[in-house]
Amino acid sequence: MNPFSSGTRLRDMIRAIRSCKTAAEERAVVRKECAAIRAAISENDQDYRHRNLAKLMFIHMLGYPTHFGQMECLKLIASSGFPEKRIGYLGLMLLLDERQEVLMLVTNSLKQDLNHSNQYIIGLALCALGNICSAEMARDLAPEVERLLQFRDPNIRKKAALCSIRIIKKVPDLAENFINPAASLLREKHHGVLITGIQLCTDLCKVSSEALEYFREKCTEGLVKTLKDMANSPYAPEYDIAGITDPFLHIRLLKLLRILGQGDADASDCMNDILAQVATKIESNKNAGNAILYECVGTIMSIEDNGGLRVLAINILGRFLSNRDNNIRYVALNMLMKAITVDAQAVQRHRATILECVKDSDASIRKKALDLVYLLVNESNVKPLTKELIEYLEASDQEFKGVLTAKICSLVEKFSPEKIWYIDQMLKVLSEAGNFVKDEVWHALIVVISNASDLHGYSVRALYRAFQTSAEQETLVRVAVWCIGEYGDMLVNNVGMLDIEEPITVTESDAVDALEVSIKRHNSDLTTKAMALIALLKLSSRFPSCSERIKDIILQNKRSFVLELQQRSIEFNCILQKHQNIRSALVERMPVLDEATFSGRRAGSLPTSVSTSTGTARNLPNGIAKPAAAPVADLLDLSSDDAPAPSSSGGDFLQDLLGVDLSPASAPPGTSQPPKAGTDVLLDLLSIGTSPPAQSSSPASNILSSIQDDKASLANLNGLASLTSLSPNATSASPAPMMDLLDGFGPSPQKKEENGPAYPSLVAYESSTLRMTFNISKQPGNPQTTLIQAIFTNLSPNVYNDFLFQAAVPKFLQLHLDPASSNTLPASGNGSITQSMKVTNSQHGKKSLVMRIRIAYKINNKDVLEEGQVSNFPRDL
Amino acid sequence: MIHFVLLISRQGKVRLTKWYSAYSQKERTKVIRELSGLILTRGPKLCNFVEWRGLRVVYKRYASLYFCMCIDEDDNELEILEIIHHYVEVLDRYFGSVCELDLIYNFHKAYFILDELLIAGELQEPSKRTVARLVAAQDSLVETAKEQTSSITNIIAQAANTASL
Repeated sequence: MNPFSSGTRLRDMIRAIRSCKTAAEERAVVRKECAAIRAAISENDQDYRHRNLAKLMFIHMLGYPTHFGQMECLKLIASSGFPEKRIGYLGLMLLLDERQEVLMLVTNSLKQDLNHSNQYIIGLALCALGNICSAEMARDLAPEVERLLQFRDPNIRKKAALCSIRIIKKVPDLAENFINPAASLLREKHHGVLITGIQLCTDLCKVSSEALEYFREKCTEGLVKTLKDMANSPYAPEYDIAGITDPFLHIRLLKLLRILGQGDADASDCMNDILAQVATKIESNKNAGNAILYECVGTIMSIEDNGGLRVLAINILGRFLSNRDNNIRYVALNMLMKAITVDAQAVQRHRATILECVKDSDASIRKKALDLVYLLVNESNVKPLTKELIEYLEASDQEFKGVLTAKICSLVEKFSPEKIWYIDQMLKVLSEAGNFVKDEVWHALIVVISNASDLHGYSVRALYRAFQTSAEQETLVRVAVWCIGEYGDMLVNNVGMLDIEEPITVTESDAVDALEVSIKRHNSDLTTKAMALIALLKLSSRFPSCSERIKDIILQNKRSFVLELQQRSIEFNCILQKHQNIRSALVERMPVLDEATFSGRRAGSLPTSVSTSTGTARNLPNGIAKPAAAPVADLLDLSSDDAPAPSSSGGDFLQDLLGVDLSPASAPPGTSQPPKAGTDVLLDLLSIGTSPPAQSSSPASNILSSIQDDKASLANLNGLASLTSLSPNATSASPAPMMDLLDGFGPSPQKKEENGPAYPSLVAYESSTLRMTFNISKQPGNPQTTLIQAIFTNLSPNVYNDFLFQAAVPKFLQLHLDPASSNTLPASGNGSITQSMKVTNSQHGKKSLVMRIRIAYKINNKDVLEEGQVSNFPRDL
Repeated sequence: MIHFVLLISRQGKVRLTKWYSAYSQKERTKVIRELSGLILTRGPKLCNFVEWRGLRVVYKRYASLYFCMCIDEDDNELEILEIIHHYVEVLDRYFGSVCELDLIYNFHKAYFILDELLIAGELQEPSKRTVARLVAAQDSLVETAKEQTSSITNIIAQAANTASL
């Protein structure tokens, strides 16, 4: 015999582990024990097998791996003695879960034990089966369990009943076999059998409508009678809890009656009397009684309407709600949430109490009450309720603020009776908890303000005031900055004063001060600072008197470490200094943002559009392939043409100019980084309202030709060009969001998942010379695999020869690339190359697709190489 | 139904785990870590329910031990409190004024008792006396088996002794 295996007793091991002072010591003891157990296992030691397994279970509870002991469980179960089997089954339930293959091996032993002559061994097998059986085992062993439902000993019958529940949950097809035996359990006197039998019937009703019909017809009266006997039964010490005979049985009976009564007037009628009796007679001073009342109220609320009973139930909930015990208040709130669909009026009566619960010190109750208040709000009471919630926002603790703001914002958006109220409420929320507000909320606020033309002045003034007091709330600052940029003149001139407003004197330099503060505040984030720069640019033409100062502020960012700010600063400075003639057109007020488009976008998925172009631009080695002229193209287009752009294309231009990527430039090149939602939507905000160009290829080529025409001005701007080429460029970004906007209207992709979903095609890569579009599809029934058809379009006036597309993917993806349709790409979009590929995502649902690409071709026998990264795939591929 | 039962000490040590729904070993560790963080930090006078991943965890503290059961949204939380108390009373009766140490050194007994109380996440027996009787009957089966083996070993040992003499 192995000297270790006889080793320590279980008790000694536990003592040794408990006496360890450090985790390292504990690990050492466990390691030693595990080694001894492994040795015993490999020697097939029989004498101490059950002791070793018991030790392993303890070690398992401490969180150490114990998979090597799994087979020992099976051996113990297969042995003949009761003690071995008892420990073996316990180990089986503890160390294995139903998904492990090993479990299949135990089916045979289970079958034998279910037919054993010793009823305790049958009990062990039933217990194990009921706790961990898989669908296959359920199918194999269902006949045995069904037979045991009629076993002579009630303790086996009750175990078999619960085991049957597991079986029908795993294999609902088997339900019909259990209907009859389950119905006969309802006539039992033994409480254990009765309780488990009722539970089995309840679960049968859930999986089979046939069972529901059967029980409703045959058993409703019997169950009502059982409940009646139970409610009227004299004191029974064995089952008594707090003066009530077997509350567990009460509750299960009520639960089954609820299912039988739901949607059936006759059955509901049959149980009315007894429900009324339970609801009035049960004492509510102990938890057990309250548990029954709670269940009874649930049943009354679910069965077919009986006015009198409902009143009784709502009254009980009202009593619960004012109870001092937090548990009781919690379940009352919970039940009121269900009752609200049945009788909203009755729930409204308790509104004041529920509002009090929102302010409770207990987080669980607060959250529940808030959910309930959210359901209670309608057009008529939205104003007072919102007022209460916003007032509470001030006092609530930090962790609750996030949930609370989200709910308030959603309420205000949903029920707002008029725009001015909406704006007022949002301002209050932003000033109080702006840092908790999600991006889409402040985006929506900007859209609303933009659409309320008569409130522009009011909004900007209110925002300015709020900004003075709550400048630490990031999102408030952003909205304020945007509005000051757009409507700064209204702020200064008090345009569109409303009667309710107090007059305020703001000078032009005050407004610029506000923007300067938000740029210079060290905790402003990049988005805010960038927005403030744009606002300054806009003010430069609205406030001529401050233009020098604005220029100074803009110039201060020329040396910003953040590439984005630096670029903006330089570009804007260029506009201010060299392009006076176009500036006023450039910084015109934004066209009204389209609410429908915005809400459509929000409803749809959020395809990530901007990152592609920026990703690719970052990956590009400086100066290669990417013609440096491209970034300047926009500026050049305007400056070389004498005629200023018409205002609609001015908007277009603006979007190009402003739609630069805001994601932190510090991100290492090559990492695919999800774009910040803020950027995305900011871009859209700026682009909405301008008519999207039908195809962006034409403007691009126009620009290019104009560049060639005017080499002189190109040279002029060389300095600027070399700077911008380092960074994400604006031109290439523009078509993507346009597509994106249009795509936003499509149905959301989640719905399409079922049968070969269709995804909107996406512009996966675009440079000034080449565009690659992906058409994405899925094979039905194979969610991991994505079929992609890549279409390449030549945006330059030159023919590309020897065109070669290569792609690389991370390890969790598999890529299969089909041959391309051609290796020659005709000039100026007069044709395309298509190439299919298949991507299999082994981490489907966890990670989304990402791809690095390289495209090589020859122009006039000169090699050109373009590289980039595609990370804007829809998320669920 | 009850998805799982956890016994966690005030220091966050796991004393008993029972899983009625499919959780892989990895998920189990995660669940335990998450829940002990959630529950052990709650103050004494708060309600005994925590919402967690769309489910609800009902917990109750007895001395240094937290008894936790995870249930569906539409289950009766108050009844689960009663079931927890039911279990505690049976343990108390079995060990005679139970304490945490009993459950550490006799953890398997705690499991055996739980198995007489719950199967497939549903209550099996409302009578404490019946549970105690069934557990005792099985314990005595084990004792008898032990005595038999030891008497057999004794006989063999004696036989071996006489043979060697």
